[in-house]
Amino acid sequence: MDSLANYLLISAILFSLGLFGVVTRRNGVAVLMSVELILNAANVNFLAFARFGGMNISGHVYALFVIVLAAAEAAVALAIIINIFNNFRTINIDDVSELRQ
Amino acid sequence: MITGNFYTDSSLLILFLPLVAFVINIVFGKRLPRQGDWISIGAILTTLVLALSLFIGMLKDWNYKFSHEVIMPWIDMGAFKIELGFWVDNITIVMLLVVALISSMTHIFSLEYMKGDIRYNRYYAYLGLFTFSMNGIVLANNLMSLYIFWELVGVSSYLLIGHWFEKPSAANASKKAFLTNRVGDIGFFIGIMLMFTAIGSFNFQELFYGVSQGAIKGGLLTFAGLGLFMGAVGKSSQFPLHIWLPDAMEGPTPVSALMHAATMVAAGVYLTVRLFPIFSPDALLVIAYVGGFTAFFAATIAITQNDIKKVLAYSTVSQLGYMILAVGVGNYTAAFFHLLTHAMFKACLFYGSGSVIHAMHHSLHDLHDHDTDPQDMRNMGGFHKKMPITSTTMTIATLAIAGVPLFSGFLSKDAILAGTLYFVEYHPQHIVLAFFGFGAAAITAFYMFRLIFLTFHGQPKMSKVFQGIHESPLVMTSPLMILAALSTYIFYTLPINLIPWKDYGWFTKLIKAKDSYVPGSPTAKEIYDGVHHMHDLALTLSLAVATVGISLSFFMYYKSNISPELWSKRLGPLYNLSLNKYYFDELYDRFLYRPFLKLCNIVSYIDWELYDKYFINGFGHITKFLSKVTGQVDYDGLDQTIVDGVGQSARGLGKGLKTIQTGRLQNYMLFALIGVIIILIVQYSVIL
Repeated sequence: MDSLANYLLISAILFSLGLFGVVTRRNGVAVLMSVELILNAANVNFLAFARFGGMNISGHVYALFVIVLAAAEAAVALAIIINIFNNFRTINIDDVSELRQ
Repeated sequence: MITGNFYTDSSLLILFLPLVAFVINIVFGKRLPRQGDWISIGAILTTLVLALSLFIGMLKDWNYKFSHEVIMPWIDMGAFKIELGFWVDNITIVMLLVVALISSMTHIFSLEYMKGDIRYNRYYAYLGLFTFSMNGIVLANNLMSLYIFWELVGVSSYLLIGHWFEKPSAANASKKAFLTNRVGDIGFFIGIMLMFTAIGSFNFQELFYGVSQGAIKGGLLTFAGLGLFMGAVGKSSQFPLHIWLPDAMEGPTPVSALMHAATMVAAGVYLTVRLFPIFSPDALLVIAYVGGFTAFFAATIAITQNDIKKVLAYSTVSQLGYMILAVGVGNYTAAFFHLLTHAMFKACLFYGSGSVIHAMHHSLHDLHDHDTDPQDMRNMGGFHKKMPITSTTMTIATLAIAGVPLFSGFLSKDAILAGTLYFVEYHPQHIVLAFFGFGAAAITAFYMFRLIFLTFHGQPKMSKVFQGIHESPLVMTSPLMILAALSTYIFYTLPINLIPWKDYGWFTKLIKAKDSYVPGSPTAKEIYDGVHHMHDLALTLSLAVATVGISLSFFMYYKSNISPELWSKRLGPLYNLSLNKYYFDELYDRFLYRPFLKLCNIVSYIDWELYDKYFINGFGHITKFLSKVTGQVDYDGLDQTIVDGVGQSARGLGKGLKTIQTGRLQNYMLFALIGVIIILIVQYSVIL
């Protein structure tokens, strides 16, 4: 049970779910939450490697960095989403397609 | 003892003062008071003083080996170097004095002679340029700078001969002089280049050294020497390039004096004197024959000429022939001696003729007679009573040129004839040279006294004109008097010899011949002894021929015991031959100019009608056609298909790819994901 493969499997499932959410969800906040899933998948990987792969303390440190980064990212992204809402009166990202030609 | 610096400074000043006068006069002359003639005269008198001080320094030093050379680099390109500079030795100093003296006399004489001329300032400017160029030749220490000044002399003579270019004859004469000189200059340039190729230097000393080391020898040395001599043939008007000089009489008379005595024609003799040590014996033989033949042949033409200046012109050609003959027989210091004495008496004769022409001109002008030729001796006669100074001074100069004792020409001519006799003694097969020499001496005495008798003695031919003849003012007669004085022997034998028939004096002591650098040539000592041995014979013979010439002239033109008309009829064909200058102009016209013109016409026809019309224009047509074709290919082929095709395909591609750009971030992400997966699959399969 307590082996690297299991942790990596969980991490992969988490990543795939996150990716699926990012690609399919229409709600901006939901996309943001899916991004958090991806980041946490990475965190699980770090910790797994810290435990089994010889990354030791630096794996923990990286995980902490990622958490801090995620918090910052969430703050910036939420601010963007608020601005999107202010401009478009919606947070459905399908309607926010100003990039197309 | 004078230091070298003094020589450097004075030489530079002597060289450049006339140039400064030229530049000032040509630019500002018209606006200056008296049209700037005082600038030219001031400059030339300063050079005269400097040249005199150099001369006095030379007499004080009394060193025949004196030599001072200054070399300045000019063009330096590794192995190829041209250096300018000057070389002052006793020959240079004497020549500088001659040039400065004759040039000063010309400047002063022209004050009256050229008064009121329309291009008075230009005339003085060109005199300065002429003097500058000649001084450049005299001072040159290498063939390259000598050649530059050589051409400058050609240019300035062209400008001065053509001073009255409104007259077609003057314009033609200046062109003739210039072009005839060019023929000689081509040979000169070939000679220079041969020497340079063989020895690798233009410098005289290095040339001498190179020849003595055998860097150039045999036929090539002879050929190079003859090339260099050809330059002298052109400038010094030797046969067969003598034709320009008599025509050059179209220039103002003071210019003729300057040109004939000191600058132009002296340059050729000066060159042969300078380069004597590198002429091979074969080249010298040719030089002797050219000189001897010219001396004799020009003298025979001078007998029958009626124009006073033409007689003097042919006499100059003849005397130059003498000098060249002297170089040819190896007695080149005698050539230089004759150059010196000839400069004085020939300048005197020309100024005298100028004075006569001036008087004739004024007299004719007062009579409103514009048809009578003021230069024709047949319109003169008996002028001695009206112009005693001109007559006396010209007679003194004539005595000098005829080789009468007590006068300078006797000394130098005697030296030349002695040299010729010495040469004939060792090479009896060339005895004709001696005949040329003595024959020319007799004829010279004859025609010069003919000139004097026809002009100054006998009955006036045109009494009305005679009434109006006056002696020229002092400005014109003072140069005559100075030069007549300098035509006496005493100035050439001082301070060690007062005997009029011995030629030693400062000249012979200070100007000594160098040994020839060509291996196998006789040494200067051998030549000197040989000439000395012949001195008495030459003296007796030359006195005899001069007496014959003078007395014949006396009986023909003074006493009229022998009728010239009768004899000219008796010797009809010969007389006509001489009167018409042996038809040389006609011969050249018939066999050189006309065929040349024809050739030019043919070439011009080929060039213009054939080459230009068919070849050049054909090229134009072909080019036009080709550009049309390439234009078509360019527009229809390249522009329409390839250039436009690139644009079209880019546009189509863009249209297709535009559809992918949905603007939905999630789509982009999906594409990125698919891309990552594809990359992973590819990589995985590669690893496996």
